Amino acid sequence: MAKSRPRVKVPKKAAKGDIVTIKTLISHKMESGQRKDKKGNVIPRRIINKFDCTLNGKPVFSCDIEPAISANPYVEFSAKVEEAGDFVFTWTDDDGSKYTKKSSIKVS
Amino acid sequence: MFATITMTRRLAVSALIGLGVAFAASAGSAEETRKSIAAPDGHPLDEIISGYEFRSAATKAVQDDDFQNPAFLWVEKGEENWEEVDGTAGKSCASCHGDASETMAKAGAQYPKWDAKDQNPINLEQRINKCRTKAMGAEAWAWESDELLSMTSFVRHQSRGEPVAVKIDGKMKPVFDYGKKLYYQRNGQLDMSCANCHEDNYGTRIRSDMLSQGQSNGFPTYRLKWQKVGSLHRRFKGCMKQVRATPYKVGSNEFVALELYVNYRGSGLPVETPAVRQ
Repeated sequence: MAKSRPRVKVPKKAAKGDIVTIKTLISHKMESGQRKDKKGNVIPRRIINKFDCTLNGKPVFSCDIEPAISANPYVEFSAKVEEAGDFVFTWTDDDGSKYTKKSSIKVS
Repeated sequence: MFATITMTRRLAVSALIGLGVAFAASAGSAEETRKSIAAPDGHPLDEIISGYEFRSAATKAVQDDDFQNPAFLWVEKGEENWEEVDGTAGKSCASCHGDASETMAKAGAQYPKWDAKDQNPINLEQRINKCRTKAMGAEAWAWESDELLSMTSFVRHQSRGEPVAVKIDGKMKPVFDYGKKLYYQRNGQLDMSCANCHEDNYGTRIRSDMLSQGQSNGFPTYRLKWQKVGSLHRRFKGCMKQVRATPYKVGSNEFVALELYVNYRGSGLPVETPAVRQ
């Protein structure tokens, strides 16, 4: 898929102090930089090199991603929810562009 | 020698049946049908098993969770394109076909079909492109393009769970016979037919890989090796290259006939589109 399409799955609401599971997936070729095209030229590396998630601006989860990760990377993690607000997910591409997605959660 | 081979295969099959029973106890009905269904009369196999059953637990888990299954990126794109007006007639798919969840609920299980207008058999990809060129006045999408894969995945996904049932009589009879001939025809330097792997040896290993029955009910499928969704014809080409034969072209009469015959071999299996395979 040429254009990167992020998807996230966050519960719509949670009780204060709950641990929720967050699932994310983005379409991306994750070109490793180790392959060659038909003429023998190296295809330049282009991967998502960083993923991070914040809740109301505070970091929740982040990771560096390396070339061995396959296309369309799927990341799943847990977060303890103490307050309502917006989760913001950011994927950073090698070419500098950032793909973001926002998802709100209510706390009862 | 021959007796030994037959024996080994019988053992492998009965081991699989045993496995199927063990799992069936804890699964729902849709899951049970893809594990093993009795083959109809005249069918070359004793039981029909989805390719899903031959895959590792990790691969199955990716398919089981619609969110985790990356093929849904293509299905979602197809859903968007369904509503998108394209071509000189100012139409989208939805202009004629309305709500895909109703109008396409069975289509995915029935192709390839006979096209009465053009007097030839067509599969789902060709049906979509015919709609584009004839009804919409748009350009045909290239085979294996994201657009065509997305639309095929989206349309066939509407039939998920529907048992595969292709028409093989009437005008489709010669196409079916041709497909059957191709299935059993030995090809390439390795001199192998489809049947050598997928009928004689399913359930056994070919080096590190588990041979399936070569069923088509999950296509277009997300192959981990491809790192994207691919069509059944692309898979056919891969198989032919592996036996060192010159593959037919995607969308060729040969592959459409073979697709019909392979779909028939999976009669009754629920459509799994979009499946995930190794």
